[in-house]
Amino acid sequence: MIVPLSHYLVVSAMLLVIGIFGIFMNRKNVIIIMMSIELILLAANLNFVAFSGVLHDMVGQVFTMFVLTVAAAESAIGLAILVIYFRNRGSIEVEDVTLMKG
Amino acid sequence: MIQNLAFYLFSFFLLASAVMVVTSRNPVHAVLFLILGFVNAAVLFLLAGAEFLAFVLVIVYVGAVAVLFLFVVMMLDVDFAALHEGFQRYAPVGALVALIMFAELAFIAGTWAIAPAGSADRLFPTPDNVSNTVALGQLIYTSYLPLFQLSGVILLVAMIGAIVLTHRDRKRSLHQNISKQHARTPAQTLAMVRAPLGVGAALPERQREEETHR
Repeated sequence: MIVPLSHYLVVSAMLLVIGIFGIFMNRKNVIIIMMSIELILLAANLNFVAFSGVLHDMVGQVFTMFVLTVAAAESAIGLAILVIYFRNRGSIEVEDVTLMKG
Repeated sequence: MIQNLAFYLFSFFLLASAVMVVTSRNPVHAVLFLILGFVNAAVLFLLAGAEFLAFVLVIVYVGAVAVLFLFVVMMLDVDFAALHEGFQRYAPVGALVALIMFAELAFIAGTWAIAPAGSADRLFPTPDNVSNTVALGQLIYTSYLPLFQLSGVILLVAMIGAIVLTHRDRKRSLHQNISKQHARTPAQTLAMVRAPLGVGAALPERQREEETHR
Protein backbone atom coordinates (compact mmCIF):
# COMPACT_ATOMS: atom_id res chain seq x y z
CA MET A 1 0.00 0.00 0.00
CA ILE A 2 1.58 3.23 -1.13
CA VAL A 3 -0.72 5.68 0.63
CA PRO A 4 0.29 6.03 4.29
CA LEU A 5 -2.01 4.54 6.89
CA SER A 6 -2.45 7.82 8.74
CA HIS A 7 -4.14 9.39 5.71
CA TYR A 8 -6.69 6.59 5.63
CA LEU A 9 -7.28 7.01 9.34
CA VAL A 10 -7.84 10.75 9.00
CA VAL A 11 -10.30 10.26 6.12
CA SER A 12 -12.29 7.62 8.00
CA ALA A 13 -12.28 9.69 11.20
CA MET A 14 -13.68 12.63 9.25
CA LEU A 15 -16.29 10.36 7.67
CA LEU A 16 -17.33 9.07 11.08
CA VAL A 17 -17.56 12.58 12.47
CA ILE A 18 -19.67 13.70 9.49
CA GLY A 19 -21.99 10.75 10.15
CA ILE A 20 -22.39 11.66 13.82
CA PHE A 21 -22.93 15.29 12.86
CA GLY A 22 -25.65 14.15 10.45
CA ILE A 23 -27.47 12.26 13.18
CA PHE A 24 -27.49 15.40 15.29
CA MET A 25 -28.51 17.72 12.47
CA ASN A 26 -31.37 15.70 11.00
CA ARG A 27 -33.05 14.80 14.24
CA LYS A 28 -36.44 14.64 12.59
CA ASN A 29 -35.77 12.80 9.37
CA VAL A 30 -35.24 9.09 10.01
CA ILE A 31 -34.15 8.41 6.42
CA ILE A 32 -31.20 10.81 6.69
CA ILE A 33 -30.34 9.35 10.11
CA MET A 34 -30.13 5.90 8.52
CA MET A 35 -27.91 7.28 5.77
CA SER A 36 -25.67 8.76 8.47
CA ILE A 37 -25.45 5.34 10.11
CA GLU A 38 -24.39 3.94 6.72
CA LEU A 39 -21.66 6.59 6.57
CA ILE A 40 -20.43 5.64 10.06
CA LEU A 41 -20.30 1.96 9.09
CA LEU A 42 -18.43 2.89 5.92
CA ALA A 43 -15.86 4.72 8.03
CA ALA A 44 -15.39 1.59 10.15
CA ASN A 45 -15.01 -0.50 6.99
CA LEU A 46 -12.44 1.92 5.62
CA ASN A 47 -10.41 1.51 8.81
CA PHE A 48 -10.63 -2.28 8.60
CA VAL A 49 -9.50 -2.30 4.98
CA ALA A 50 -6.70 0.20 5.55
CA PHE A 51 -5.27 -1.80 8.44
CA SER A 52 -5.64 -4.98 6.43
CA GLY A 53 -3.63 -3.42 3.62
CA VAL A 54 -0.90 -2.06 5.88
CA LEU A 55 -0.48 -5.13 8.08
CA HIS A 56 -0.88 -7.61 5.19
CA ASP A 57 -3.54 -9.46 7.14
CA MET A 58 -6.67 -10.79 5.47
CA VAL A 59 -8.83 -10.83 8.59
CA GLY A 60 -9.65 -7.14 8.24
CA GLN A 61 -11.18 -7.72 4.83
CA VAL A 62 -13.14 -10.74 6.07
CA PHE A 63 -14.64 -8.67 8.85
CA THR A 64 -15.39 -5.84 6.43
CA MET A 65 -17.49 -8.32 4.50
CA PHE A 66 -19.40 -9.29 7.61
CA VAL A 67 -19.95 -5.64 8.49
CA LEU A 68 -21.30 -5.05 4.98
CA THR A 69 -23.71 -7.96 5.40
CA VAL A 70 -25.00 -6.75 8.73
CA ALA A 71 -25.28 -3.19 7.44
CA ALA A 72 -27.35 -4.33 4.46
CA ALA A 73 -29.66 -6.36 6.71
CA GLU A 74 -29.97 -3.45 9.11
CA SER A 75 -30.93 -0.97 6.42
CA ALA A 76 -33.49 -3.38 4.93
CA ILE A 77 -35.17 -3.95 8.30
CA GLY A 78 -34.93 -0.28 9.22
CA LEU A 79 -36.56 0.85 6.00
CA ALA A 80 -39.31 -1.77 6.43
CA ILE A 81 -40.03 -0.47 9.93
CA LEU A 82 -40.01 3.05 8.53
CA VAL A 83 -42.56 2.12 5.85
CA ILE A 84 -45.00 0.51 8.30
CA TYR A 85 -44.48 3.35 10.76
CA PHE A 86 -45.34 5.87 8.07
CA ARG A 87 -48.36 3.78 7.09
CA ASN A 88 -49.64 3.83 10.67
CA ARG A 89 -48.81 7.37 11.76
CA GLY A 90 -48.44 9.35 8.53
CA SER A 91 -45.15 10.86 9.66
CA ILE A 92 -41.52 9.87 10.00
CA GLU A 93 -40.48 12.40 12.63
CA VAL A 94 -38.38 10.83 15.34
CA GLU A 95 -40.04 12.96 17.98
CA ASP A 96 -43.43 11.44 17.10
CA VAL A 97 -42.25 7.95 18.00
CA THR A 98 -43.86 7.85 21.41
CA LEU A 99 -46.16 4.82 21.14
CA MET A 100 -44.05 2.78 23.56
CA LYS A 101 -43.87 5.53 26.17
CA GLY A 102 -46.70 4.14 28.25
CA MET B 1 2.67 9.36 -6.73
CA ILE B 2 -0.37 8.77 -8.91
CA GLN B 3 -1.83 6.63 -6.14
CA ASN B 4 -1.42 9.44 -3.64
CA LEU B 5 -3.05 11.87 -6.03
CA ALA B 6 -5.94 9.49 -6.63
CA PHE B 7 -6.31 8.95 -2.91
CA TYR B 8 -6.58 12.66 -2.19
CA LEU B 9 -8.97 13.24 -5.09
CA PHE B 10 -11.35 10.42 -4.21
CA SER B 11 -11.23 10.99 -0.47
CA PHE B 12 -12.05 14.65 -1.09
CA PHE B 13 -15.07 13.64 -3.15
CA LEU B 14 -16.04 11.06 -0.52
CA LEU B 15 -16.00 13.62 2.28
CA ALA B 16 -17.73 16.26 0.17
CA SER B 17 -20.52 13.91 -0.79
CA ALA B 18 -20.85 12.79 2.84
CA VAL B 19 -21.32 16.43 3.83
CA MET B 20 -23.93 16.80 1.09
CA VAL B 21 -25.77 13.68 2.33
CA VAL B 22 -26.02 15.21 5.76
CA THR B 23 -26.93 18.75 4.78
CA SER B 24 -29.01 18.54 1.61
CA ARG B 25 -32.64 19.60 1.83
CA ASN B 26 -33.99 17.07 -0.64
CA PRO B 27 -33.62 13.43 0.50
CA VAL B 28 -33.46 12.24 -3.12
CA HIS B 29 -30.33 14.34 -3.54
CA ALA B 30 -29.03 12.91 -0.27
CA VAL B 31 -29.45 9.36 -1.60
CA LEU B 32 -27.71 10.26 -4.86
CA PHE B 33 -24.81 11.79 -2.94
CA LEU B 34 -24.71 8.65 -0.79
CA ILE B 35 -24.26 6.63 -3.99
CA LEU B 36 -21.45 8.95 -5.11
CA GLY B 37 -19.81 8.59 -1.70
CA PHE B 38 -19.95 4.81 -1.85
CA VAL B 39 -18.41 4.75 -5.33
CA ASN B 40 -15.55 6.93 -4.09
CA ALA B 41 -15.12 4.72 -1.03
CA ALA B 42 -14.88 1.73 -3.37
CA VAL B 43 -11.96 3.42 -5.12
CA LEU B 44 -10.29 3.95 -1.75
CA PHE B 45 -10.79 0.23 -1.06
CA LEU B 46 -9.12 -0.53 -4.40
CA LEU B 47 -6.17 1.68 -3.46
CA ALA B 48 -5.82 -0.26 -0.18
CA GLY B 49 -5.67 -3.53 -2.11
CA ALA B 50 -9.14 -4.87 -1.31
CA GLU B 51 -10.40 -5.40 -4.85
CA PHE B 52 -13.17 -7.86 -4.06
CA LEU B 53 -14.62 -5.68 -1.32
CA ALA B 54 -14.49 -2.65 -3.60
CA PHE B 55 -16.69 -4.39 -6.14
CA VAL B 56 -18.93 -5.82 -3.42
CA LEU B 57 -19.37 -2.29 -2.11
CA VAL B 58 -20.40 -1.06 -5.55
CA ILE B 59 -22.74 -4.00 -6.17
CA VAL B 60 -24.34 -4.20 -2.74
CA TYR B 61 -24.55 -0.54 -1.85
CA VAL B 62 -24.94 1.24 -5.16
CA GLY B 63 -26.98 -1.58 -6.65
CA ALA B 64 -29.19 -2.58 -3.75
CA VAL B 65 -29.15 -0.51 -0.60
CA ALA B 66 -29.09 2.90 -2.26
CA VAL B 67 -31.90 1.89 -4.60
CA LEU B 68 -33.85 0.67 -1.55
CA PHE B 69 -33.37 4.07 0.05
CA LEU B 70 -34.43 5.76 -3.18
CA PHE B 71 -37.59 3.65 -3.35
CA VAL B 72 -38.52 4.45 0.23
CA VAL B 73 -37.85 8.16 -0.19
CA MET B 74 -40.00 8.27 -3.29
CA MET B 75 -42.77 6.01 -1.93
CA LEU B 76 -43.34 7.89 1.30
CA ASP B 77 -45.31 11.05 0.72
CA VAL B 78 -43.51 13.05 3.37
CA ASP B 79 -43.31 16.81 3.68
CA PHE B 80 -39.54 16.93 3.74
CA ALA B 81 -39.37 20.69 4.12
CA ALA B 82 -41.08 20.39 7.52
CA LEU B 83 -38.63 17.69 8.54
CA HIS B 84 -35.74 19.94 7.71
CA GLU B 85 -36.76 22.70 10.11
CA GLY B 86 -34.77 22.94 13.29
CA PHE B 87 -31.63 22.32 11.27
CA GLN B 88 -30.01 25.55 12.46
CA ARG B 89 -31.17 24.96 16.02
CA TYR B 90 -29.40 21.63 16.26
CA ALA B 91 -26.26 22.82 14.45
CA PRO B 92 -24.26 24.10 17.47
CA VAL B 93 -24.76 20.95 19.55
CA GLY B 94 -24.01 18.73 16.57
CA ALA B 95 -20.91 20.68 15.67
CA LEU B 96 -19.71 20.57 19.28
CA VAL B 97 -20.15 16.81 19.56
CA ALA B 98 -18.53 16.27 16.17
CA LEU B 99 -15.59 18.49 17.15
CA ILE B 100 -15.07 16.68 20.46
CA MET B 101 -15.28 13.32 18.71
CA PHE B 102 -12.74 14.36 16.07
CA ALA B 103 -10.39 15.76 18.71
CA GLU B 104 -10.54 12.50 20.64
CA LEU B 105 -9.83 10.49 17.51
CA ALA B 106 -6.95 12.83 16.68
CA PHE B 107 -5.48 12.32 20.16
CA ILE B 108 -5.67 8.57 19.68
CA ALA B 109 -4.08 8.81 16.23
CA GLY B 110 -1.28 11.02 17.58
CA THR B 111 -0.13 8.66 20.31
CA TRP B 112 -0.57 5.37 18.55
CA ALA B 113 1.95 3.09 16.82
CA ILE B 114 2.15 -0.46 15.53
CA ALA B 115 4.30 -2.68 17.76
CA PRO B 116 7.54 -3.66 15.99
CA ALA B 117 6.95 -7.35 16.68
CA GLY B 118 3.27 -7.05 15.87
CA SER B 119 3.52 -8.56 12.42
CA ALA B 120 4.29 -11.92 14.02
CA ASP B 121 0.84 -11.88 15.60
CA ARG B 122 -1.04 -11.73 12.32
CA LEU B 123 -3.72 -14.37 12.10
CA PHE B 124 -3.87 -14.84 8.32
CA PRO B 125 -1.13 -12.98 6.41
CA THR B 126 -2.07 -11.95 2.89
CA PRO B 127 -0.67 -14.52 0.45
CA ASP B 128 1.51 -13.00 -2.26
CA ASN B 129 0.94 -15.32 -5.19
CA VAL B 130 -2.86 -15.28 -5.44
CA SER B 131 -5.35 -12.55 -6.21
CA ASN B 132 -7.35 -10.80 -3.53
CA THR B 133 -10.57 -12.62 -4.36
CA VAL B 134 -8.89 -16.03 -4.14
CA ALA B 135 -7.24 -15.15 -0.85
CA LEU B 136 -10.54 -13.98 0.61
CA GLY B 137 -12.33 -17.08 -0.63
CA GLN B 138 -9.67 -19.36 0.83
CA LEU B 139 -10.36 -17.75 4.18
CA ILE B 140 -14.14 -17.39 4.31
CA TYR B 141 -14.80 -20.92 3.08
CA THR B 142 -12.42 -22.53 5.57
CA SER B 143 -11.62 -20.75 8.81
CA TYR B 144 -14.56 -18.39 8.74
CA LEU B 145 -17.16 -20.81 7.41
CA PRO B 146 -19.42 -20.69 10.50
CA LEU B 147 -19.44 -16.90 10.49
CA PHE B 148 -20.03 -16.86 6.76
CA GLN B 149 -23.03 -19.18 7.13
CA LEU B 150 -24.27 -17.06 10.02
CA SER B 151 -24.14 -13.93 7.89
CA GLY B 152 -26.24 -15.75 5.32
CA VAL B 153 -28.76 -16.56 8.05
CA ILE B 154 -28.77 -12.89 9.06
CA LEU B 155 -29.58 -11.89 5.51
CA LEU B 156 -32.35 -14.50 5.32
CA VAL B 157 -33.86 -13.28 8.59
CA ALA B 158 -33.65 -9.69 7.39
CA MET B 159 -35.34 -10.58 4.10
CA ILE B 160 -38.17 -12.53 5.76
CA GLY B 161 -38.54 -9.84 8.41
CA ALA B 162 -38.80 -7.06 5.85
CA ILE B 163 -41.39 -9.01 3.86
CA VAL B 164 -43.45 -9.87 6.95
CA LEU B 165 -43.31 -6.31 8.23
CA THR B 166 -44.37 -4.61 5.03
CA HIS B 167 -46.73 -7.25 3.62
CA ARG B 168 -50.35 -6.22 3.66
CA ASP B 169 -52.95 -8.90 3.12
CA ARG B 170 -55.47 -7.05 1.04
CA LYS B 171 -59.08 -7.95 1.69
CA ARG B 172 -59.80 -8.08 -2.00
CA SER B 173 -56.99 -10.41 -2.94
CA LEU B 174 -58.30 -13.50 -4.72
CA HIS B 175 -56.18 -16.23 -3.23
CA GLN B 176 -57.13 -19.87 -3.35
CA ASN B 177 -58.60 -21.67 -0.32
CA ILE B 178 -58.12 -25.31 -1.18
CA SER B 179 -59.92 -26.88 1.81
CA LYS B 180 -62.91 -24.66 1.18
CA GLN B 181 -62.89 -25.69 -2.48
CA HIS B 182 -62.75 -29.38 -1.59
CA ALA B 183 -65.60 -29.04 0.92
CA ARG B 184 -67.93 -27.57 -1.64
CA THR B 185 -70.98 -29.63 -2.51
CA PRO B 186 -73.36 -29.13 -5.41
CA ALA B 187 -76.11 -28.21 -2.95
CA GLN B 188 -74.16 -25.13 -1.87
CA THR B 189 -73.48 -23.83 -5.29
CA LEU B 190 -76.20 -25.06 -7.64
CA ALA B 191 -79.75 -23.79 -7.67
CA MET B 192 -82.39 -24.82 -10.16
CA VAL B 193 -84.34 -21.80 -11.26
CA ARG B 194 -87.40 -21.78 -13.43
CA ALA B 195 -87.21 -18.59 -15.41
CA PRO B 196 -90.59 -17.07 -16.18
CA LEU B 197 -91.16 -16.12 -19.76
CA GLY B 198 -90.18 -12.53 -20.53
CA VAL B 199 -88.78 -11.86 -17.05
CA GLY B 200 -85.65 -13.97 -16.83
CA ALA B 201 -84.04 -15.57 -13.84
CA ALA B 202 -83.12 -13.48 -10.82
CA LEU B 203 -79.72 -14.20 -9.36
CA PRO B 204 -79.78 -16.30 -6.19
CA GLU B 205 -79.05 -14.44 -2.98
CA ARG B 206 -75.47 -15.61 -2.34
CA GLN B 207 -74.32 -15.16 -5.88
CA ARG B 208 -75.61 -11.61 -5.91
CA GLU B 209 -73.56 -10.85 -2.80
CA GLU B 210 -70.45 -12.17 -4.42
CA GLU B 211 -71.09 -10.09 -7.50
CA THR B 212 -71.31 -6.91 -5.46
CA HIS B 213 -68.11 -7.80 -3.60
CA ARG B 214 -66.08 -7.86 -6.76
